[in-house]
Amino acid sequence: MAITREEVQHVARLARLSLPEAEAERLRGQLSALLDYVKQLDRLDTRDVVPTSHATETGTPFRDDVVEPFGDREALLANAPDRKNDFFRVPRIIED
Amino acid sequence: MAFETVIGLEVHAQLSTRSKIFCACSSAFGAAPNGNTCPVCTGMPGVLPVLNRKAVEFTIRTAIATSCTVQRRSVFARKNYFYPDLPKAYQISQYELPVALGGHVDIEVDGGTKRIGITRIHMEEDAGKLVHEGEFAGAQASLADLNRCSVPLMEIVSEPDMRTPEEGGAYLRRLHDILVYLGVCDGNMEEGSFRCDANVSVRPAGQAAFGTKVELKNMNSFRNVEKALEHEIRRQVELIEDGGKVVQETRLWDANANVTVSMRRKEEAHDYRYFPDPDLLPLIVDDSWVEELRGTIPELPAEKIARLERQYGIPRYDAVILASTRALADFFEASAAIYGGNPKTTANECVHWKDAVLAGTLSPETIGHAVEDRERGTISATASKKLVELVLSTGKPFRTLRDEQGLTQLSDASALDLLVDKILAASPKEVDGYRAGKAGLLSFFVGQVMKESRGKANPKMVQEVLKKRLG
Amino acid sequence: MANVPVHEWTLLEAARRVREKEISSRELTGAILARIEALDPKVHAYITVLPEAAAAQAAACDEEQAKGALRGPFHGVPIGLKDIFCTRGVRTTCGSRILRDFLPPYDACVTEKVLAAGAVLPGKHNMDEFAMGSSTETSFFGPTRNPWDLSRIPGGSSGGTAAAVAAAMCFAGVGTDTGGSIRQPASLCGVVGVKPTYGRVSRYGMIAFASSLDQGGPIARTVADAAALLGVIAGYDRRDSTCVNLPVPDYLAAVERQVKGLRVGLPKEYYEGEGFSPEVRAAVEKALKALTDQGAVVVEVSLPHTSFALSTYYLIAPAEASSNLARYDGVRYGHRAEGAPGLIEMMSRTRAEGFGDEVKRRIMIGTYALSAGYYDAYYGKAQKVRTLIRDDFTKAFEAADVLLTPTAPTPAFRLGEKTGDPLTMYLSDIFTIPCNLAGIPGISVPCGFSAEGLPIGAQLLSKPFREETLFTAAGAIERVLPSRRVAPLEG
Repeated sequence: MAITREEVQHVARLARLSLPEAEAERLRGQLSALLDYVKQLDRLDTRDVVPTSHATETGTPFRDDVVEPFGDREALLANAPDRKNDFFRVPRIIED
Repeated sequence: MAFETVIGLEVHAQLSTRSKIFCACSSAFGAAPNGNTCPVCTGMPGVLPVLNRKAVEFTIRTAIATSCTVQRRSVFARKNYFYPDLPKAYQISQYELPVALGGHVDIEVDGGTKRIGITRIHMEEDAGKLVHEGEFAGAQASLADLNRCSVPLMEIVSEPDMRTPEEGGAYLRRLHDILVYLGVCDGNMEEGSFRCDANVSVRPAGQAAFGTKVELKNMNSFRNVEKALEHEIRRQVELIEDGGKVVQETRLWDANANVTVSMRRKEEAHDYRYFPDPDLLPLIVDDSWVEELRGTIPELPAEKIARLERQYGIPRYDAVILASTRALADFFEASAAIYGGNPKTTANECVHWKDAVLAGTLSPETIGHAVEDRERGTISATASKKLVELVLSTGKPFRTLRDEQGLTQLSDASALDLLVDKILAASPKEVDGYRAGKAGLLSFFVGQVMKESRGKANPKMVQEVLKKRLG
Repeated sequence: MANVPVHEWTLLEAARRVREKEISSRELTGAILARIEALDPKVHAYITVLPEAAAAQAAACDEEQAKGALRGPFHGVPIGLKDIFCTRGVRTTCGSRILRDFLPPYDACVTEKVLAAGAVLPGKHNMDEFAMGSSTETSFFGPTRNPWDLSRIPGGSSGGTAAAVAAAMCFAGVGTDTGGSIRQPASLCGVVGVKPTYGRVSRYGMIAFASSLDQGGPIARTVADAAALLGVIAGYDRRDSTCVNLPVPDYLAAVERQVKGLRVGLPKEYYEGEGFSPEVRAAVEKALKALTDQGAVVVEVSLPHTSFALSTYYLIAPAEASSNLARYDGVRYGHRAEGAPGLIEMMSRTRAEGFGDEVKRRIMIGTYALSAGYYDAYYGKAQKVRTLIRDDFTKAFEAADVLLTPTAPTPAFRLGEKTGDPLTMYLSDIFTIPCNLAGIPGISVPCGFSAEGLPIGAQLLSKPFREETLFTAAGAIERVLPSRRVAPLEG
């Protein structure tokens, strides 16, 4: 089941990965091969099987509603590629 | 062609917990930019979410108060998309298995009651805020403040049961009051703690199938929601009558221009790729927890209105106003407990002094005494108003001020008799005139008595005495 | 023991000698740092080496000890961490360009525990980028080489940790395992590696690849060392909702226990295939004999859905990864592409520049598997087959206490040999992947060498939270098949 060029570019857009044509084509081949391989799962009848979406079925643990400030805003901003005072700075969205 | 409107409303309510939903940062509004953040809510590598129990409690109580069925097992799911105000590039929300399903809210319309269904209630985290750098449209950058990231949100989705903008407004107001009554949300639309999006479509009257629906956003008050709905309905009807077709899209309400505007955005595939969040286990809510929380639900607006009407014999209109804020209704009842001789007057006073009541600067004693003194004729209505203002400015008790100011009305019968006799004796010509039929002279006598008593005589009683004396 | 060089001591031996003041931490740490300086240019097990900080930590340890204070069981001993564990103020790259200069403002739970045990951090180990790989060839910082044969790969993704331990460039290390990334490199480097039960070790601060599969675990030169290190890093952490609140047993005590009567299952599907080399088969048979000679009994078991495990894994892991790696968008930290005209361009170029091919491949397949119209057929389907695989193990453990299989199908292959075809590379994990899908614990213990002198490991699997059984069985194998654990590599 081959994945098309359009599908590759669509998925790349969803994943915010800019792919030059050559790379997209190479990926297309590799992804198609992988999708062919995993098709084997269709051989299994899983209609009555409950998916394993979580490691355990116990309930998620809770936190008390207590404030514990992290206390070091500078450390959180220090890795920012671009900042203005205490804001993270990013390019605007370009409307087409 | 006659048209019918179909409206559904989606409310996002910020829960008033102290800390955020998945981390221990403060969720308070108004902090300095990025001051309420930590590695978890800023999506640093390797961080993990842990669920705030209070946020779950608030959501369960809301579900109970709106007659929803609380699900024993619900699942958090990731909603994946890229935006600078979304640090993990996914929002932790709930998708296929929300916390609550199938409830309702009853509203008053056209003198009757209508039931608006609630499809579901689920929990999710809020995103941050993106502001444009500088004022100019040509600004090249945006600035991200992540304080709001991970503030707990409750999403309440109604059934498309509303048929008019008024019904929409009534549903919103009632839902708002319920949340504020429960203490789960402060309900501040301007600050964004109570947000509403609308879905609206029209169809020819009698048609069963729904028309194409349009999503409306950016309405920051109840009134704006109603106005936006009115305009959008008109737009859709006109479009169809002109032979056009309604396009499924998102439109923003422009409160200045009073129109809805299409969010002309490039056709983005909104593929959120929801899947259960593997960093959180299922939310398990057992019956005993639900029952425990059921016991904490206060009397809700609808019940309170009915009871105030019944118990105090006040008009429904007044009861509705009092019940619009729980604190106001409580104040009314406390005042009526101090003096219950005329609940209607008490209600009027509470409404009149609403701001002070809600600010906490007025006590039930003040209103109770004010109403009692007026009823007993001890003071006039004018004096009452003046005294309450004095209470607010000086903080002294009502009756202390009343006596200090000497505003006690003269209502003593024998004293009034003396006064009246004095005045009548001094105005024989007018007495004859009145007895001859000039009924208007009564106010002359009243005025004279008031002047003589330096305004302290009880005007109503003066009138009665005069009438008796004059025959 | 007198003629064993310092750097070749076991972890427990080194800890004992520091504790009993036979050697100072300064001297111990100095020996390791010297070894790193001499060998790592060839092996490249480390992304970041911390000579000054480590020396300072060692000095502090010695001062505290002089005052009678010992921090914990590994006081003053150098233990390395895979560069996937956040270390406050110390660069943490995850083997990627996109995090090449990232300084975490906090420590991972594993980091906290290792440091609280008194260990000295000599540096951060190389790894496949974002833990995606089986050979440590996808690291942005260049590959690590197998200390037993520098022309070969050490395995992956914890190849740096396994190589560092095998080359005695630290006394032990902590790696991570999502589909075999501790066990497979341990096997290829001739050392011991443990993937604990899912939820046994906190994932807080452990940069996420596939959240429902990742686990941190020890890599060391002996079973006892690995047991002791697991005892330190395991345990409840309220910052990880998937971390279980169960007491941590005395793993070290389990190492010496007898295997008499232990039921050893041989899953027939693992042995039927032609996928693995005769030398591996022979070595694993020796491991089995080591167990049966000590009284263990053999049972045949079946794990019928084994052949579907690779497909299941290569849908679930990339799907979760595609979501976990979306946060690397150039906004708050990490690499950001320059000169992009707008936000979307900035993000797309940042990620194109910052991620390597394998990572991009997995993000693409993962995004596809979750996308509208494909979710049920791919991700949804895989989650169901995962249940079948898990149930296979539950059933097998009714008849067996422990399962014995090879860890890797072949000994270490050459650099570049499998990078041409992703699927070929993925097949290196056929024996290790099912265990992650089921959430059960696994250990790889050395059990022989190939004719070319390349290490071979045997894998043992047990029920959830029965790591003790693994240590008992692995200890029994080790007693009978002692082997050289330090690669014969000189500076």
